Amino acid sequence: MKYRFGDYQHVLRMAGIFALGTTAFFVFRAVMVPKDFGVYGHYRAGALKDNADRQIQYAGHAACVDCHSEIQQMRSGGKHAGIGCESCHGPLARHAAGQMSGAPEKPNNRDTCLRCHTARPSKPAGFPQIIPADHAREGACTACHPAHNPKV
Amino acid sequence: MKEDRRQFLKNAGKLLVLAGSAAVAWPYIREERAQDAPGYQTDAHWWGMVIDVDKCIGCGTCVRGCKAENDVLLTPQTSRTWVERYVVDPDDMDHPRVDSPNAAYDGFPDPGPQEKPLKTFYVPKLCNHCEHSPCVQVCPVGATFESPDGVVLVDKSYCLGCRYCIQACPYGCRYIDPRTETVDKCTLCYHRITKGLTTACCEVCPTGARALGDLKNPKDPIHKFLLENKVLVLKPQMATGSKTWYKGLDGAVR
Amino acid sequence: MPGVEGFIYPNELELQWSMLIVLYPFITGLVAGAFILASLERVFNVEAVKPTYRLALLTALAFLLVAPLPLQLHLGHPERSFEMYLTPHTSSAMAMFGFVYLWYLMVVLVLEIWFDYRKDIVLTWQESKGLKRVLYAFMALGSRNISEPALRIDDRIGRFLTVIGIPSAFLLHGYVGFIFGSIKANPWWSSAMMPIVFLFSAIVSGIALITVLYYLISWYRKTPVNQACVDTIARYLLYAFLIDFSLELLDLIHRIYEADESFKSLDFMVHTRLYLPHIIVQLLIGTVVPLIMLGSAQLFKIRPATRRLIYFISCNLTLIGIFAMRWNVVIGGQLFSKSFLGYTTYKLEFATREGLLTSIVLLILPFLILAVLAYLLPPWKEEPKTARN
Repeated sequence: MKYRFGDYQHVLRMAGIFALGTTAFFVFRAVMVPKDFGVYGHYRAGALKDNADRQIQYAGHAACVDCHSEIQQMRSGGKHAGIGCESCHGPLARHAAGQMSGAPEKPNNRDTCLRCHTARPSKPAGFPQIIPADHAREGACTACHPAHNPKV
Repeated sequence: MKEDRRQFLKNAGKLLVLAGSAAVAWPYIREERAQDAPGYQTDAHWWGMVIDVDKCIGCGTCVRGCKAENDVLLTPQTSRTWVERYVVDPDDMDHPRVDSPNAAYDGFPDPGPQEKPLKTFYVPKLCNHCEHSPCVQVCPVGATFESPDGVVLVDKSYCLGCRYCIQACPYGCRYIDPRTETVDKCTLCYHRITKGLTTACCEVCPTGARALGDLKNPKDPIHKFLLENKVLVLKPQMATGSKTWYKGLDGAVR
Repeated sequence: MPGVEGFIYPNELELQWSMLIVLYPFITGLVAGAFILASLERVFNVEAVKPTYRLALLTALAFLLVAPLPLQLHLGHPERSFEMYLTPHTSSAMAMFGFVYLWYLMVVLVLEIWFDYRKDIVLTWQESKGLKRVLYAFMALGSRNISEPALRIDDRIGRFLTVIGIPSAFLLHGYVGFIFGSIKANPWWSSAMMPIVFLFSAIVSGIALITVLYYLISWYRKTPVNQACVDTIARYLLYAFLIDFSLELLDLIHRIYEADESFKSLDFMVHTRLYLPHIIVQLLIGTVVPLIMLGSAQLFKIRPATRRLIYFISCNLTLIGIFAMRWNVVIGGQLFSKSFLGYTTYKLEFATREGLLTSIVLLILPFLILAVLAYLLPPWKEEPKTARN
């Protein structure tokens, strides 16, 4: 049956409000979505840079060898040759960049060694392990085993 | 006179070189695309990790290294990487005894006397940087994603902290950083690998149990590793496309 | 570590989703259930439940308005929550749910209530003075036409809205079930049945809520409860409950029979940490007892007054049981480690952002909103006829 405009006018008013709301949403969206969103995928492309822009704490052994080539010579052929310098010496990126005054602290000459070499059943059988109480109850490990080339 | 001219020419030359490199770099700097900056192209890399379980000595140096490199909180305990110790009784392999004290930050304590021979070993764990990661799938806003070079990262300025991704990760490698109230996890040291360094955990591992791999680099040793060794990923039935391959992984490992 | 049993991954110590995330499916479930009850009258012409029609709609709206609050309070960055509407990740059930919620709120509930109440709004507008007059003019969108043809249009649109409202209500709460059911990493959640189980338990809880509200409001207004109405509601509640119970039983049997890698760990959890909330509260008090009570009311000849009492008690027990079900799904799903070798515990604080006090306030709030809505849009105009016994 035929309806007069006055009868469904209220429906149109409600529809108008919905249309207004939808438009407002799209305007808001256009303003608020970061411009670099969606460039590589469903994320903000700038996030790649955010993740890449952190300060580096470990210089990497290549940086150590640059200045400390004599230590590297000492290590070659020895059991510790393949270990990164910072494994024992800690993060030294700032030292490598010349930003630290004075030499970094030397690693503890017993605890540092025991961290790896204390015998535990879970360690691979071929790995050199000792029971500290039996092998050397106290004192520096480096007294008999030079840290950089540990052959006695 | 001659010295001044030589000095002038030297300075002019230096200036030209500087200006030239600035001109090359400038468009990239303006667009803030570190990944396309001279030296690193995202589409030239596809990162993964290989772990040799038989080489891990459970020293925890990787855990300490990661915390130092990435400023990860010590308390409350949140871990981007950790080591698990398994003690498996061959007569009862369904019930391994597993522990990871303080995420192995200080290595492992003495397990105590064992009445019979048991199979025991260490397993390092980290974000597997899955190719079809369920965590990326469920993020409602696009705050976590897989980069073009295969690293699953978090956009801290966009994350809502809804924790859906933490629920979706089968490996338990995500957590909330209480300082930012956003999700955090292993980034495969993205800030290092984009500059030609290796990850902090691989750098400090004394036995070479962990190694970063670039699958798009034909000279990378990962190709030989995957070719010559029998490898497994964690929870293969989940089909996450994990890019962390373990050599020597025992069936008891969860 | 305190509260930890066995081995858990280091990052699993604290639960990620708290009591607030238990509240959220409970509240949206009540919305869906209340709407289904309302649609019984409108679409399926079940005349007997007409006294609860408008109450059900207003209740659904009151609860739906509160539903986002526990989510906002839980987020690490609630100020960024609009990102879900600006850049929704289409593969994320949570993101798409934002639109389902919006659709349901605006198109189904608000519009349906408006079209149903429009005549009363216009009449109240014309009878009021001052601020009240302005308010009602605003609600009527300035249109005074309540002629026969206009009301006929309203009725047709309202009926259409209810028809699309039923699948929308299914989608609303089924989606919440899917948010959990699609997580393959969690075997307690991951199931194709999760959306359906959630939906039917929602229907049960919604019907129970409207029944309880109807009793309380009738007691408050000193009007008798319509016997035919509650008898019919109780029958539909029983049907929905039987389906819900069957589905949950099927899930249980399936788990026990297949006994996959997660089974032992989950089984142990249900018998220890979840024994009280799952076996005692959800199953026994919240399902078996109400089923027996409601079933007896259908099977045996019981006096009407006793029947009314049975319905009231069983509906309250049902609400407790369905709340426990949400607790068991959300909290239970996080108590066990994904290594299947250990468990952690949930510490419910009291006066924190995600604590018990906040939860209690969030549960009271919808009733306050309902009171305001019922004042503005009264569900009943005249005194109902005396209940026939």
